[in-house]
Amino acid sequence: MKEFKVTPIRNGTVIDHISSGMALKVLRIVGVKDNVSSTVSVLMHVPSKKMGWKDIVKIEDRELDPKELDKIALISPNATINIIRDYNVAEKFVVEVPNVIKGIMRCANPGCITNQNEPVETEFVVESKKPITLRCLYCDRVTAEVAENIQ
Amino acid sequence: MSGSFEGTDVVSIRDFSREQIEHVLKLAEKMMPIAKGEEKSVLLERHVLGSLFYEPSTRTRLSFDAAMTRLGGRVLGFDQPTGASVVKGETLADTIRMVDSYSDVIVLRHPQEGAARLAAHFASRPVINAGDGAGQHPTQTMLDLFTIRKEKKKIDGNQVVIVGDLKYGRTVHSLSEALALFGAELTFVAPPSLQIPKEHLKQIESMGHKPRISSSLEDVIGDADVLYVTRIQKERFPDPAEYAKVAGTYRIDLNMLKDVKKDMIIMHPLPRVGEIAPEVDETEHARYFEQAFNGVPVRMALLGLVMGGLK
Repeated sequence: MKEFKVTPIRNGTVIDHISSGMALKVLRIVGVKDNVSSTVSVLMHVPSKKMGWKDIVKIEDRELDPKELDKIALISPNATINIIRDYNVAEKFVVEVPNVIKGIMRCANPGCITNQNEPVETEFVVESKKPITLRCLYCDRVTAEVAENIQ
Repeated sequence: MSGSFEGTDVVSIRDFSREQIEHVLKLAEKMMPIAKGEEKSVLLERHVLGSLFYEPSTRTRLSFDAAMTRLGGRVLGFDQPTGASVVKGETLADTIRMVDSYSDVIVLRHPQEGAARLAAHFASRPVINAGDGAGQHPTQTMLDLFTIRKEKKKIDGNQVVIVGDLKYGRTVHSLSEALALFGAELTFVAPPSLQIPKEHLKQIESMGHKPRISSSLEDVIGDADVLYVTRIQKERFPDPAEYAKVAGTYRIDLNMLKDVKKDMIIMHPLPRVGEIAPEVDETEHARYFEQAFNGVPVRMALLGLVMGGLK
């Protein structure tokens, strides 16, 4: 008999193939705090045929918006999103790193104008997707430190 | 490419192709008699330049003023942020939107990197970056290229030795990329702690060049067609004695120049603080004052282009 460490969910989202160790950052991105009304399950360091080790996050009764998906793609470019409706996988896709990142990260350069109190969204050009490197459209600083700078 | 400059922002030298930069340099050459006051021009008559200098600057600000005035235009603005709305807490975005409505072109010097790109985002008029923190200073790069081309008749094939603070020096990074774009050979001379950053080196190598790296100016100065000297800032050194030692090693004096090519030229973005001995000013090599003057015709060409007076 197949053993489930975490039971299947009825409705919601399963974020699978999260890079090992990134699950807590994913929780921060999707905004899981004290006030959630549904169950959130986190599996860390799960054996994976594809990746060796992976993390999984299951969020009941919730589907993610495009900005959240972009953020997850930045910290875990191989993550797969399974949207579950009535116990069935209604949609399944791999997150995609966009070519331009708008407003979801701050610039790693403390001297960058976007870190001042200016009414402007940050904007980064994705110079490379694997590994991810981003160039600030304003100050030209190139950074690979994505997880630390996600807002 | 004629006409394509009107309304264009001048934020980073990387935004321009070699052909576009060459076009600016050619027009700057034509501006020479007007820049020297030998000919009169009304090209930008009834035009207003909004000049916003959040940081002190002598050459850049005055040469923009001179360029605009020589073309018959007017300049308004400030040369230090005290008294400006910035001390009252106004955002740069708001100041830009205001000045945008008072003027036909905005020239901005700001301590924060990316400030010019932000200004261009909020302004409907063209924005010219006059230096943003440790970031870009494209008109300096253009006047440096102009000076080399004028003095050596061409840029490609020249051996350009760049010495000084190559790590933090604002002008060095965009200049070296532009020189590589134009086919000049580069040598970087600095103490290891102030050598050119790896990512810049990579960028230049990706353009098919293999710059030389050295910590000894004596070893390479004999090959130089152009010696580009920059300031080594005291505050980069925790130990004043170490600073004095390093600064002394790269000081250009008559003794340092005894085995150089006869037609080698020395450039410096100025201000200098002892990197070049005053006795060098009288030699046939010194070109830094001409270089500072060249800021006027180059900025005239750019102002004319972005406001549509020149094609």
